[in-house]
Amino acid sequence: MKKFIAAFLLGVGLVSGVQASSGGIEWDKFPKEKMTDVAALQNGAKLFVNYCLNCHSAAYMRYNRMRDLGLTEGQIKSNLMFATEKVGDVMKVSLDAKQAKEWFGATPPDLTVIARSRADSSKGSGADYLYTYLRSYYRDDTKATGWNNLAFPSVAMPHVLWELQGPRAAKFVEEPDPHDAGKSIHVFKGYEQLSPGTMSEAEYNNAVADLVAYLQWMGEPAQGQRFSLGVLVLLFLGVFTALAWRLNAAYWKDVK
Amino acid sequence: MAEFKVAPADAPLGEKLMTWVDNRFPASKLYKEHMSEYYAPKNFNWWYIFGSLALLVLVIQIVTGIFLVMHYKPDAALAFASVEYIMRDVPWGWLIRYMHSTGASMFFVVVYLHMFRGLLYGSYRKPRELVWIFGCAIFLCLMAEAFMGYLLPWGQMSYWGAQVIVNLFAAVPFVGPDLALMIRGDYVVSDATLNRFFSFHVIAVPLVLLGLVVAHIIALHEVGSNNPDGVEIKGPNAPKDAHGKPLDGIPFHPYYSVHDIFGVGLFLMVFTSIIFFAPELGGYFLEFNNFIPADPLKTPAHIAPVWYFTPFYSMLRATTDVMVNVLAVIIGLGAVLAVLKGSFAGKGKLAVLVVAAVAVALLKTFDAKFWGVVVMGGAVVILFFLPWLDHSPVKSIRYRPNWHSYVYGVFVVFFLVLGYLGIKPPSEVGTLVSQVGTLFYFGFFLLMPWWSKLGTFKRVPDRVTFHPH
Repeated sequence: MKKFIAAFLLGVGLVSGVQASSGGIEWDKFPKEKMTDVAALQNGAKLFVNYCLNCHSAAYMRYNRMRDLGLTEGQIKSNLMFATEKVGDVMKVSLDAKQAKEWFGATPPDLTVIARSRADSSKGSGADYLYTYLRSYYRDDTKATGWNNLAFPSVAMPHVLWELQGPRAAKFVEEPDPHDAGKSIHVFKGYEQLSPGTMSEAEYNNAVADLVAYLQWMGEPAQGQRFSLGVLVLLFLGVFTALAWRLNAAYWKDVK
Repeated sequence: MAEFKVAPADAPLGEKLMTWVDNRFPASKLYKEHMSEYYAPKNFNWWYIFGSLALLVLVIQIVTGIFLVMHYKPDAALAFASVEYIMRDVPWGWLIRYMHSTGASMFFVVVYLHMFRGLLYGSYRKPRELVWIFGCAIFLCLMAEAFMGYLLPWGQMSYWGAQVIVNLFAAVPFVGPDLALMIRGDYVVSDATLNRFFSFHVIAVPLVLLGLVVAHIIALHEVGSNNPDGVEIKGPNAPKDAHGKPLDGIPFHPYYSVHDIFGVGLFLMVFTSIIFFAPELGGYFLEFNNFIPADPLKTPAHIAPVWYFTPFYSMLRATTDVMVNVLAVIIGLGAVLAVLKGSFAGKGKLAVLVVAAVAVALLKTFDAKFWGVVVMGGAVVILFFLPWLDHSPVKSIRYRPNWHSYVYGVFVVFFLVLGYLGIKPPSEVGTLVSQVGTLFYFGFFLLMPWWSKLGTFKRVPDRVTFHPH
């Protein structure tokens, strides 16, 4: 029996072991504490409707769900709704998908569950990715939009938050390829701020974290309820299982 | 017709009611036969919980499935949105959906463990061959059910996973392309495919599955449960009390029902921990790119089936041209060995050589992709034959030679490694390892008539070994 358990654990260890990296830069860690910070989530919602919800829809998300973020319907209507009259509507945009594809080369994806879809078990959560991605833009005149991104090279989306962050350039140096002496590789050596944005670096990181917190929340608005209910369910099951254990023992004490 | 009973005039109402029912339907008889007077061996260990748990998960899947169907739209234009609608707008919809998605994976967890228990203790041996065969059919249905259900959320992985698997059928010689077309109902996976998979997932396969589960249990209760010692408790020589009840058996109810309630409690703690704290389970239960709506024009860089299919998927990928050559050599060597060492008559030897030659010729005629499909299907089908492959004089691993447990251990490790490799993108080393794993998997079963007889077996006790709790 022990041999089987050992074999099983070995197998599980293999399965849960490190996954091969799928390329690209390392992802920064999204500050998870934002998920319980209502003010941050509200600020994220504000940034979302102002900066994202022009090209990107969130077609499965209803405006009035933002009541879960401590907002009233009145507040949602007067501050966060620009595209529709009804607070029960989903977050659609008027951008035509075909035209968008012509303009940008790619249709802006719907963002409702974007945070869930971008996770990678070897690199981090979808929130980690978004937090890294929105902070990895740099000026690149070879691209049609004038922007490029380290986390998503040759991305079709321009740097929408550039006024907040201020434009940056990326510094690259050529280094010999450790695997092939005849070649050199492009190594990233930090950003250079070209001109200041309206926010400091710390303020910008904070704003992006708020926005990503909102995106993460929007991916699954029930997640807070899920955690708190889960604790209660496990407490119940703990008591239930303890009673079932003793009940079982009471019956089985007669079996010789 | 059974004897018509009459309850005494002063009997309580409940007894009168049961008498009335029993005269018309064998309610008490069924209850006795399957619960209160179904004698199960008293020496079950924790491995025996997984059958009950599989039944529990089946019920969870059916009940949550009924509620999901109330809100889900089997339409390529609406399916993805309707799942998000369930997750957001349907009251408790998220919980129902996570129960169903977690239940799908947990079904395979408990079924794999349940099957392995059968393997360990020889639960498929005479007279339980049909119990095992019904069980294998259930496993096959479960795979079909899971595969077709996985298309329904209409995400990228749903779509491309279905595309890849349906295309496998196209590798069948002569009829393949038409077969794939018939399965899809279209030239690519489309709305037509979604509709028929929905139909199969919610009605056709569950109907067959339920029938097979009933058959599995009826067959089991006919022959009685095996146990970790592999000792028959109900046979003609088994010890019985004055009433003819097996001394080593105890009524299923209440002893195993309370046992199972305890096990269910533990299981539900694991199950609900996943539902509430990690419903995606790191991308294994809900794959991340299945949160991207299906896009027929955008093939994902890496397509992998869900974890429970990956051992078999690995075997498919392992079947390269090189592997086909290896198989041809193995068949050739096997035939030569059979002719030299086997006790065949002249005609028998000739027949062996002819069959081997035809097999090698077929291997080299058809595409390796087709043989990959054969290997993948064969890996499941071979399970049906297990009762006749095992020639060991004892049922349980407990009384087999010690080295047998190492063979089983290596088998488990290879199965898990194959599963792991099936999740990963293909690599040279991975392919080589999965080829070795595939050969071991088939060797384990096909050579079982030989190796299961080898070694020094321990004496099987007359009574089950039981230590009171």
